[in-house]
Amino acid sequence: MVETLLRKPLDSATVRVPLGQVFLISGRCKGCRFCIDFCPKDVLVESQNMNAKGYHYPVVAHGKEDACVNCGFCSLVCPEFAIFTEEV
Amino acid sequence: MAEIQVESHPIDALFRKDRLPHIWCPGCGIGPIAHAYALAILESGIPQDKHVCVSGIGCSARAEGYMNLDTYHTTHGRALPFATAMALVNPELEVTVLSGDGDLIAIGGNHLIHAARRNVDINAICVNNFNYGMTGGQVGPTTPPGARATTAPYGNYEQPFILPYLAAAAGAVFVARWTSLHVRQLKDAILRAMQKKGFTFIEVLAPCPVGFGSPNDIGDAIEETWLYRERCVVDHNASLQSLEIDLRRKDVPFVMGNFVDIERPTFDPLVMMKEKGRE
Amino acid sequence: MIVTPREARVLTGSHFMLGDHACAEGALAAGCTFFAGYPITPSTEIAERLAARLPAVGAIFVQMEDELASMAALVGASLAGARAMTATSGPGFSLMQENIGLAVMMEAPCVVVDVQRGSPSTGLPTLAGQSDMMQVKWGSHGDYEIVAYAPSSPQEAFDLVVKAFNTADRWRIPVFVMADELIGHMTERVVIPPADQIPRVERKRPRHKPGDPSFLPFLAENEDLVPPIVHAGEGYRVNFDSLTHDERGYPATAAAPHDRLVRRLVNKIRLHADQIIEYEEALLDDAEVAVLAYGSTARSARRAVIEAREQGIRAGLLRLITVWPFPENKIRELNNRVKAFVVPELNLGQMSRETERFSSRPVIGVNHAGGAMMAPAPILDAIREATK
Repeated sequence: MVETLLRKPLDSATVRVPLGQVFLISGRCKGCRFCIDFCPKDVLVESQNMNAKGYHYPVVAHGKEDACVNCGFCSLVCPEFAIFTEEV
Repeated sequence: MAEIQVESHPIDALFRKDRLPHIWCPGCGIGPIAHAYALAILESGIPQDKHVCVSGIGCSARAEGYMNLDTYHTTHGRALPFATAMALVNPELEVTVLSGDGDLIAIGGNHLIHAARRNVDINAICVNNFNYGMTGGQVGPTTPPGARATTAPYGNYEQPFILPYLAAAAGAVFVARWTSLHVRQLKDAILRAMQKKGFTFIEVLAPCPVGFGSPNDIGDAIEETWLYRERCVVDHNASLQSLEIDLRRKDVPFVMGNFVDIERPTFDPLVMMKEKGRE
Repeated sequence: MIVTPREARVLTGSHFMLGDHACAEGALAAGCTFFAGYPITPSTEIAERLAARLPAVGAIFVQMEDELASMAALVGASLAGARAMTATSGPGFSLMQENIGLAVMMEAPCVVVDVQRGSPSTGLPTLAGQSDMMQVKWGSHGDYEIVAYAPSSPQEAFDLVVKAFNTADRWRIPVFVMADELIGHMTERVVIPPADQIPRVERKRPRHKPGDPSFLPFLAENEDLVPPIVHAGEGYRVNFDSLTHDERGYPATAAAPHDRLVRRLVNKIRLHADQIIEYEEALLDDAEVAVLAYGSTARSARRAVIEAREQGIRAGLLRLITVWPFPENKIRELNNRVKAFVVPELNLGQMSRETERFSSRPVIGVNHAGGAMMAPAPILDAIREATK
């Protein structure tokens, strides 16, 4: 309880951590896993499904639906222009 | 929220969408580099119609074909003189040469040093994946010592170039090195190159899991990219001679940065006539 | 040789002019806006003259690091909208072959002047040869067609350089002016007409506006098989590829589009050769021996034909102005009425081979590997031989 009081940022009322929505063009994915491995919030996992080329594209992990902070790194690092985020 | 499936990407306007997905291997670093280039085009303030991309031959050189610009896929090694002529004939064009280490440094090496010497107003982006990828992974002038390639099965016994050192020595006015992982810094460097008058040279290390990683016991693109991530340091003030890359020597980091940003007279064949006030 | 720069592009008037300089003045009169080259004897005078003249008229002269770069620069300049030219000789011509192929593939109009010298290899830098005649047709890898002119005088060097620019722009090909050291280094009368009398053919431009998604940049809608050209920066956003490509300009590396493209590039010229071929006939109407000659050798051939006539031999001269496309129909026609052909060349048999292809009569070569003007005497001997 004390820990929660001490560790809460003093400006947490005014500073908002962004929330991002992940958009996916699954047909372009080639399963390289850059987005999955480099997401700072570990939002993404490999899906059980495959696209038409047989690659397992990324999906938002169970329980991580509100974890994306719209940093945009997945969009920048994806070699296929297959994923991007927008701020909610 | 779960992911939403869509059909297009915000950067698609800069690409020939009907040609996607591209031919590069899963995990290839050229895609993020093309993406950084596209973002720099959008931020450059120069109309998309005035941007021109010229390349030679190789995997990296294929990038131009995917970009929604005036693009020129020329002969192996000859992108720089081709681009020089375009820049001279139409100074309104923003000319970028996006090509690979084999194309720009081996067969194109002579043209590189002369373009830098002249200080032609073009931007060179050299994707360095340490091998000749398109033809299956042969050794090249940037292959690190000891690394294996199909034409160096016992390990590369040649010494590679240090590209920023070479470009700076030849006269480039802006010299930088990043990786395909340092996408934001790369985009900023490309933007600086576009805004700067003169010959700019950006080396970008990129993973090549099939051509380079596989023969060198690097498992996949993720492992190759983590290799860069772990061994990269950023030091804009590093001495150019110290920028060597040797995979075997764990104590030698891969140094990234914007190393050179100077002013030199740019190449303008008509300036001399104008300045002398000839009739 | 110092040339006072003048703002006049067209040096209208009657001049006593070096052949190489006439090439340079032809370029200026034709509206050349870009020259990229490398010094090489015996063509260097062209570059030197243009180094002084082009900047004075606001055009670009650049000495590139080698001929590989020069030819690459020509293609780039052309596709940025310039009328581009280079000048070289045998060794440089060999280096240019790679990007001559690029000019063919990208359909980039440009002009290459080859002032031929003794070959092969470094050969005889300062003395004439005519041994690049097959190379100009076949030098780059692959099937392709080009147009090559052969001037026989400094006047003709001027005229044919002007014509070369127009032919290049009309058909979207690299066009060659195959001079030789004798023509390049001789000084003769050159008459340059007023600027408004210099013929000018413009490139075909698209009817589609930039951004029109229905525009196919490599579709030849007309019978002439020449697609309209677009230049960098105009907004069309076209891909020009050295790879085999489809009508969109996208790489299409498969058998069907490759055959379609290469056939169109070849047929562009082959099917329209009659609009391009030029030659000069002298005394051929009743000839029993036809002398086929070009370039500096044609001057000696003309003297030999006149002397043969004086000796009662009905000789005639077919002087090639276009060496490629080769005037095969004319050869076939002459084949019906002459006893033999005589082909004098400063090489060991190049255009004679082409003549043989289209004739059933004997083709007698008068050959020298190069290094001196061919005298009329050996040509006259061959004419006499031909009547036996």
